[in-house]
Formats: sequence, structure tokens, C-alpha cells
Amino acid sequence: MSAILSVRGLEKRFGSVVAARDISVTVPYLQTVGIIGANGAGKTSFVNMITGHLQPSKGSIWFEDRDITGRPSREISRLGIARSFQAPQIFTSLSVLDNICAATAIARTGGRLMSQTLTPLQSAATRTDGEAALGLFGIASCRDTRAAMLPQGVRKLLDIAMAVAGQPRLLLLDEPTSGISMVEKFGLMDVVMSRLKHRRITVLFVEHDMDIVGRYADRVLAFHDGAVIADGTPAVTLTNPRIQELISGPKLKAGTADCDHA
Amino acid sequence: MGALVFLVAAALTPALPAWIVSLAIVALANALVVLGLIILWRAGLVPFGQALFYAIGAYAVALIARYTGLRDVLLLLTAAAILSGLAAFLTGFLLARYREIFFAMLSLAMSMILYGVLVKTETLGSTDGFHVAPPTYFGYAPQGGMRLLLMFWLVLGCCAVAAVLVSFYLRSVAGALAVPVRDSEIRLEFLGVSVNGLIHLNLVIAGTLAGIGGALAAFAIEHVDPSMAYWTTSGGFVFVTILSGAGFVAAAFVGSLLFELLRSIAYDVLPGAWQIFLGSALLLIILFLPEGVGSLFQRVRRPPSHSRS
Repeated sequence: MSAILSVRGLEKRFGSVVAARDISVTVPYLQTVGIIGANGAGKTSFVNMITGHLQPSKGSIWFEDRDITGRPSREISRLGIARSFQAPQIFTSLSVLDNICAATAIARTGGRLMSQTLTPLQSAATRTDGEAALGLFGIASCRDTRAAMLPQGVRKLLDIAMAVAGQPRLLLLDEPTSGISMVEKFGLMDVVMSRLKHRRITVLFVEHDMDIVGRYADRVLAFHDGAVIADGTPAVTLTNPRIQELISGPKLKAGTADCDHA
Repeated sequence: MGALVFLVAAALTPALPAWIVSLAIVALANALVVLGLIILWRAGLVPFGQALFYAIGAYAVALIARYTGLRDVLLLLTAAAILSGLAAFLTGFLLARYREIFFAMLSLAMSMILYGVLVKTETLGSTDGFHVAPPTYFGYAPQGGMRLLLMFWLVLGCCAVAAVLVSFYLRSVAGALAVPVRDSEIRLEFLGVSVNGLIHLNLVIAGTLAGIGGALAAFAIEHVDPSMAYWTTSGGFVFVTILSGAGFVAAAFVGSLLFELLRSIAYDVLPGAWQIFLGSALLLIILFLPEGVGSLFQRVRRPPSHSRS
């Protein structure tokens, strides 16, 4: 049992639009997988199907030795798959600490309504866990800030910290660095990736920035028009000219014309 | 502190004029409904048909008393709580799937169905309703002034128990997640929480509270009629919820007492146009106290810094 995730013949159609066509991927434990592709290539749909946010039209998804195809996201979360979102899903009217406490308290109750009714949300234990999680992701200084007031980078980190509160074994990050300035991107990814490695969490992340993918991924899946068109190490995949063209579009002619004038 | 207020109120009652006690009984019975609305309100849900459960509670005790002759207060209240809770559980399968205006309107529609049925049922007195026999307390049937006094203590006792239980609930994981439901249902689902399940639970709690409130109101007024299920009754509860604010459990009681007081003053001062008076009061509240009377406690408790709900 070395594969944490195995996807077979996955397909998703929205009417005539195909968001996923015959995707088959096997991810071993502790591999960090970068998912690249142009907008609309099917990256987020892929993540959404694995996490139960979207029902696949065809194919199967196995997590460890369980078939999780088409299960609701809350069940999949309880099994050990967590995710972060391109637009962070945090509780904006609560403080940062209350956000993480909510996540740790839910993790403690195991998602059972009965035990949620009988356990207090603010307890010494959830507070300790919550504060530790904030410290781990380096956002403890914002603990009393209302989440609505946070800068984008901290929102992203809080979103990931909340996703990790349930001790997942597989984590999917949907564009963890989108909306963050170039200077902050690497700092954020350094924090996130080292913490996740330390916790022995397998990571799949969707990313547009090729430098980020090259630095943090062990393996790259390139998506185009709903299909995986390349699957290999970053060194091989990212330097493939065809992939470069499909992912970032053809090189602009105007740019080359300017240099060539002589 | 809350316990002290309840004890003082209970001790003072015999000294108070009867009209205040009667007014307080109705106000506190309605406060139980408002307490349930506060739970839903925190999750961003405003039911415009909570009178459905209020009427079920009221008709439950009235019908049981009429057809079985049972008059024991504890038994009747338990029956009302179970029946209204059951009704909330069943309607909850549908209601828990809806949000915002769709939720509000669906809840209104359900209450109006009950209203229609009650109006058309001759055996239940049609639009006139029917008389409810006063309850007995473990075999003791109070007479005269004692009846009012015991009624008040009963309502006060129910309110105290409900206030304590609801405070505990609001601090529990399930209760405290109401605010997160409003912020991001997606995050909750991905943390492993069934948001619909959570809302369903809140609906059952609120429905049960409304049923107990309705039963107590039926005892107090000694009469039930279909207007208890009418949408203006539901609207009144929403009014009091806005007046109270969703920040504190105690606000439900203060808000409800204030509402009944305002209404009786309005009746006195402007018999023909009391709605104008109440409407203006609501307008002022929304403009100057958007978080309700409850937000006044907060200002007293701690200086205005960041608020935590």
C-alpha cells in the first residue's frame, strides 16, 4: 500500500464542456505534486472531484484503500483529505484565534453532531491546540485580529492552518500563492511546505508560478483541456517547450521584434 | 447574576399589580420563541413562520386538555415540547436545505398551511378557536389571584431553565458554529461538519422552544385561535428578535418585555394607530441600535473595543 491517492479514468463533463477526460494518476505517500495548466485546463475541477466538491461523470478515486468516488466532502474530510481554497474559506467575522479554535474543536469532535452539542467550543485544550497551530504557521501575532481585516497572505496561511487542524494525510492546495506579492510568495511557501513535510502530509498543489512549482514539487502534472499531457519531474516537464507553450501561451511576437531591430 | 434577577422577579411578583404580571407572563412566554429565533438568527436564518410551532404547542395542550381531560402542567408542557419538536424535525428536512429569503418564505408558507387548516376546521372552533382549561400543578388547582401568581412562576421557571440550556448550547461546538455557518459553509463542510445537519438541529431546538412558548401562552390566555399561526404573529417574533439582538440570551427576555410594554402603551396612547408607534420604534432601533437592546449590555460590560460574538 504505497499509493495514498489513485485516480482511474476520471471524467467530468458540463454539457459539451469537458473539464476532465480520462485522467489516471497514482500518487505515492509523501510525494509533493505540482499541478500546472492554463486557466480552464481542469486543475481546480480535478481538485474539486478528489475532495468531493464535484461529482465525476465517470471513473474512480481511491484514497489509500477506500473508494471515495462521489462521496460528500465532509465524509472525505473526515477520512483524512483536507484542502485550502484559491479564495480562502475562513470565518471572516471571527478573530484569527476563534477561527483556528473552531477548526481544532471540530477536529476533536470527529464531526459527530451529538458530541458537538456536548463539547464546549472554547476549552483550554482547543485553545492550546489552536495557538500551537497559529505558531506553527507563523501567524500567532495576528491572533486577536478579526479575520476580515487580514492581509491576503495571512488569510491564505489561516486557511491552510484550518485545513491542517484535522490532521489530514493528504492536503490539496488550490493556488496557495495567488493574490500574493512576488516578494512574499517564497516566504509563504517555505513556511507551508516545511510544516507539511514535518507533519508527514502528502501535498498536491495547483500553481501558476513556474518558479514555485520548480522549487517545491517532486513531480509535475501538466493539464491541458481536461487531460494530463505531461507527468514527470519538474526538470523534465517544465523545460518541455510544448508544455511551456500550452501552459503560458505562445511567446509574444512583439517582444522579440523589439530586440531584433537592427 | 441571571439567577439573581430571576429570584428577585419571582419574589417581587406578589407585590406587583396584576396587569404587569399578566403582561410579563405573555412577554416571557413569547421570549422563549425569541430565544429560538436568536439561535437561528446567529446562523443568518430568519424564519417568517415560527408561529407554526408556537401554534402547534398551543393547540397541543388545548386539544389534549379538551379531549383527555389531562390538565397537569408538566405533562402538557412535555407533550407540547415533544410535538412541536417533532414538527420542527419533520419540516426541518426541507427547511434545512434553504437559506436567506427562500428559507424565510418557505417557513412562512408552512405556517400559513397550518393557519388555513385551523381556520377551516369546524371542530377546532374555526376562526374563533376555543377555550383552554387552566392547568393544575401536580393535582393542585389554584383559584383567584393564586392562579396568576403560579402561572407567572411557571413561566419564569421555564425561562430560567431555557436560558441556562441555551447558554450552554451556544457555547458548545454545534451552537458556536452558527456564526461560522454565515461566514463560510464551504469551510465547515471541508472540516467535516454537516451544515444542513447543524441547521436542522437548530431548527428543532428553536421549534421546541416556540412550542413551549405557545403552550404557556395558551395557558395564560386560556384560549387558542388560528391567529397564533398567522404570519403577523411570526412577524411579531422577528420584530422582538431585532429589538433584542442576537448577542445575549438575556436580551430575548428584556426585548420581549420591552415589546409588550411598548405595545400596551401604544394601545393606550394611540388606540387606533398603535402600529405607527411600534413601526417607529422598530425604525429607531434599526437606525440607532442595529445590534439590538442586547448591545447595550455589551457597552456596559466592556468599553467599545473589538467585539466578539
